[in-house]
Amino acid sequence: MLLLQVIVGGLLLGAIYALFSSGLTLIWGMMNFINFAHGEFVMLGMYVALLTVTYLGGGPVLFSLSAAVTLYGIGIIIYLTLIRHVMKGPMLAQILSTFGLALLLRYAAFWIFSANVVSLPQTTLSGIVDVGGILMPMSQLVAGVVAIVLTVGLHLLLTRTNIGSRLLAVAEDRNAAMLMGIRPDRMQALAWGLAAGSAGIAGALMAISYPFSPSVGETFGLTAFVAVTLGGFGSVPGALYAGLIIGLIQALSAYWLGAIYKDIVVYAMFAALLWLRPQGLMGKAS
Amino acid sequence: MDTLNVQNLEVRYGDLVGVADVSLKVEMGKVVALLGSNGAGKTTTLNAIAGLVPASGGSIEWRGESITRQPAYAIVRKGLALSPEGWRLFVSQTVEQNLRLGATALADKSRMSHLFERVYECFPRLAERRHQRSGTLSGGERQMLAMGRALMSEPKLLLLDEPSLGLAPAVVETMYETLHGLHKQGLTLLLAEQSIQLALDIADYAYVLQTGRTVLEGTAADLENNEQVQRIYLGVGAAEEAVTTSPAA
Repeated sequence: MLLLQVIVGGLLLGAIYALFSSGLTLIWGMMNFINFAHGEFVMLGMYVALLTVTYLGGGPVLFSLSAAVTLYGIGIIIYLTLIRHVMKGPMLAQILSTFGLALLLRYAAFWIFSANVVSLPQTTLSGIVDVGGILMPMSQLVAGVVAIVLTVGLHLLLTRTNIGSRLLAVAEDRNAAMLMGIRPDRMQALAWGLAAGSAGIAGALMAISYPFSPSVGETFGLTAFVAVTLGGFGSVPGALYAGLIIGLIQALSAYWLGAIYKDIVVYAMFAALLWLRPQGLMGKAS
Repeated sequence: MDTLNVQNLEVRYGDLVGVADVSLKVEMGKVVALLGSNGAGKTTTLNAIAGLVPASGGSIEWRGESITRQPAYAIVRKGLALSPEGWRLFVSQTVEQNLRLGATALADKSRMSHLFERVYECFPRLAERRHQRSGTLSGGERQMLAMGRALMSEPKLLLLDEPSLGLAPAVVETMYETLHGLHKQGLTLLLAEQSIQLALDIADYAYVLQTGRTVLEGTAADLENNEQVQRIYLGVGAAEEAVTTSPAA
């Protein structure tokens, strides 16, 4: 029963990985652009949640929405002020610009919030629930389920709605989309908003259960890259499966080998997989 | 009244000159053909009118307003739609999604269901395949979808780039019957075509391009009997028609 509990716990955390990874994969799919600051969006989401609780009060619903909306706005602002311009430059400029942005956001957070590890105060989601004999912290259960619903929601938004169809049209053929009357820059701004927003709300959901500091963004950024590569660049369902798998592997290796080995196992398996399948688990060979 | 007026259009791609000097007029309700062999500048001219490539010289006026350096997404909203070279479909999306994307520029969204009906009526094959991904369509069906998608914005002027390219002769015939029908319903057409015979059968007026310049113009009847056209282009046209109907595309 303990093993089952470990598995469920891993999947619930993996669901949150899936949520913020789907944002990173969306940006890649939309504009072939690698965002090294994506993990920092998750970190900012955590601090927005903390600030919301501290200054506005309210529960998880309020601070999660607050993180989503704030990061949505930050994503759009970053697209309009930085990304749109470096897109015209060489690949190296694009890579370095988001790498620089990541450092800027991380050290700005150190400056404003200090390097201390903080956590959110106890919320209405405290307590343990018993799901058919499996004991789960309520906060992790709710956060995991919400994350899966949102990831699936993002996928449905892209594949089943008009706005999603326009986003994908720009991704597929920018000029042809313009012939339809679509403004590519608006769609790309929207994609950045959605990507940062999903990272922000993922951060808020994790902040309910886990303590954090300004340096967590680095780890989450790496996790997102692994998930996006495993799931196939640009695929939201791929990111969902990959996020769940990473959460599961981490939980199992922590359980069997000890907590300090969980990242080693994930990255070792990742390296081995890339050696065997360079196109990723679900990506198509090019 | 002239609806589209292109004067001394020039388009450069870096040092390359795509179009050197093209002038043409399209009047409302007419069918105008752009003729010329491969590389004469037909596609570049249409792309410049639709706003896909910027004009480096000359002017493009649409109903008295300059649209010379406006972006494509603004031009389609003014009632000019292009069915581009190579169709440029959104292959990962379904036939219906492609058509719906075509209606993005539509000012009055309540016209949408009527337009869907009209496109499906013109191209029943598209109705059969409405839920299929457009990447799975045959060449002829792709051409139909590209045209149908352009029609979904309810354009006043439809720009067509090589509607016969890569299609089997029987499909080409159906395509031109459909174009004729659309014209009868009041649509104005500007079409680029390598096959002179096809174009002159449907067009009221035609321009002949050679290495990026308009070298000849006249009514379809005039050009059909023009010795220069006969000599230079019909030969070329016939040879290239044979090429285009080969399995290359």
